[in-house]
Amino acid sequence: MIFQLDKEHELTKQLFRNFAETEAKPLAQEVDEEERFPYETVRKMARYGFLGIPFAKEFGGQGCDSLTYAMCVEEMSRVCATTGVIVSAHTSLCAEPIHKYGSGEQKEKYLIPLAKGEKIGAFGLTEPGAGTDSAGQQTKAVLNGDHYVLNGTKIFITNGGVADIYIILAMTDKSKGNRGISAFIVEQGTEGFSIGKKELKMGIRGSSTTELVFENCIVPKENRLGEEGKGFGIAMGTLDGGRIGIAAQALGIAQGALDETVAYVKERKQFGKSISAFQNTQFQLADMKTQVEAARLLVYKAAWAKDNQKMFSAEAAMAKLFAAETAMSVTTKCVQLHGGYGYTRDYPIERMMRDAKITEIYEGTSEVQRMVIASGMLK
Amino acid sequence: MKIIVCIKQVPDTTEVKLNPETGTLIREGVSSIINPDDKAGLEAALRLKDACGASVTALSMGPLQADVALREALAMGADDAVLISDRAFGGADTWATSSTIASAIRKIGGYDLIITGRQAIDGDTAQVGPQIAEHLGLPNVSYAEALEIEGDTVIVKRQFEDRYHMIQVKMPCLITALAELNEPRYMTPGGIADAYRNKEITMLTRADLDVEDQNIGLKGSPTRVFKSFTKAVKGKGTVVNLEGSEAAAWLVERMKEKFIL
Repeated sequence: MIFQLDKEHELTKQLFRNFAETEAKPLAQEVDEEERFPYETVRKMARYGFLGIPFAKEFGGQGCDSLTYAMCVEEMSRVCATTGVIVSAHTSLCAEPIHKYGSGEQKEKYLIPLAKGEKIGAFGLTEPGAGTDSAGQQTKAVLNGDHYVLNGTKIFITNGGVADIYIILAMTDKSKGNRGISAFIVEQGTEGFSIGKKELKMGIRGSSTTELVFENCIVPKENRLGEEGKGFGIAMGTLDGGRIGIAAQALGIAQGALDETVAYVKERKQFGKSISAFQNTQFQLADMKTQVEAARLLVYKAAWAKDNQKMFSAEAAMAKLFAAETAMSVTTKCVQLHGGYGYTRDYPIERMMRDAKITEIYEGTSEVQRMVIASGMLK
Repeated sequence: MKIIVCIKQVPDTTEVKLNPETGTLIREGVSSIINPDDKAGLEAALRLKDACGASVTALSMGPLQADVALREALAMGADDAVLISDRAFGGADTWATSSTIASAIRKIGGYDLIITGRQAIDGDTAQVGPQIAEHLGLPNVSYAEALEIEGDTVIVKRQFEDRYHMIQVKMPCLITALAELNEPRYMTPGGIADAYRNKEITMLTRADLDVEDQNIGLKGSPTRVFKSFTKAVKGKGTVVNLEGSEAAAWLVERMKEKFIL
């Protein structure tokens, strides 16, 4: 086993760090305060191929691996968790299922522009009555000749208001439960498809999280992704990959908070010395660094597993569970070490704490991750 | 059109300190970057490649670690890369460096344009570029802040302290670039993958170059460094809080006191 990045990954990580510091960091506070989607950063990420990292060049991608993709999300999230999740939702939840389950025509038409970053992607599974219990889908898709007619509402959709291409899960046969769910590729601007309410959120406030509304929305039959009734498997497989992205986001948030805090405790003086001279500070920093490093190993291992193993559900779930809880605990402690200043918006640390919370909730709550991990153990 | 761009790997000097006893740079823990002026030169070459299909060769002289700087150049879009590296070249001053690089450029041959950075942030001599031109008998325009190709000439906007010159120079020629020339592009992840998986860096050692021993390495370096030191920190500055015109008046008074005005 080699616990060291090779030269290629080392240089790629340097690229992401440099880009994030130069492009994403200066906008992080503004996109949070104004709840504004960072279009300018997304356009630049598209230009440099960051929106198609793990896809082959023939599909408009960069021909890199899942680890490279995870490092991109990590480094963006280290300075701006909003930017991190935009990459993650686009890549893992929209481009990846088309890559994995799509037909040749679907890849040609949708994956290539997604991977090139000419189009932005989103994924719609969650509904008001179907969160963790995703089998409770109310959105229906009825086959009518050469097209399906979709009716229903999706909520909490990341990139919802800005995407061009959506993966939408809907019931094609209610009587079959999970086996009655199918997946569809729906384009922005399709008749009967509109963007509903935009959510006002606690964190990742620059990302666009919206409702999607389908009212007699006509989706051509050739836009069904995979076979009819296979949507649940597609959704679960997609979320396995998505969890690596969110785990990387959580890891980045935790690392970013720690970096800010190390700089702060060296500057802040109390009782005539830097607070870094106090053993309480040192022990807290040591614990946090240990946690972050452990999270990194789990995240990188999950990315490696995705590229090298058939099944990686447990690895992805463990990475997300541990990294998300690390992000929450590290950012909370970092706010504490910042004291009163940490509670103000003059420092980025309170934003990082708000941003961290979502990683324990979306793409499967921490409780769901435990269910996934345990179910693998008890098979 | 064939362009050779000379790049130097330098320590990121924003954090570099000197060892007070030896007067040398403390390089441990300091990351290495492509010298900013050189990177602007590389970007200028890549823009010519984008615009008119030039081929771009990145050339560096340094220890084996300089490989990373060349991979970065490849990942940005350079077509090939050459590393001049040999213990025999170690300790070179600007004379020995330019002699060595000129010899490598002669060996590569077939070039229309050579671009170097104005100066490196670790040495700040600004001598190597013009010296290479001298060794090769090429016209040289330094301090380029803009350039364009017209036929077989390059039109260079050359920066001066209080003005700029527009100079038209026939190729082949050598131009030294300022960081202000442009904003260099980032690498792409796929470009990095290619640079490591699909590209070779050509190595040139002592044996490959037709250059005399008296002109290379420490022995071929006439420069002797008398002393290196970190500037002593001056006293604290004065902070005054005044409105625009008042601040200007205050500043003029102080400058008159010091006979600056």
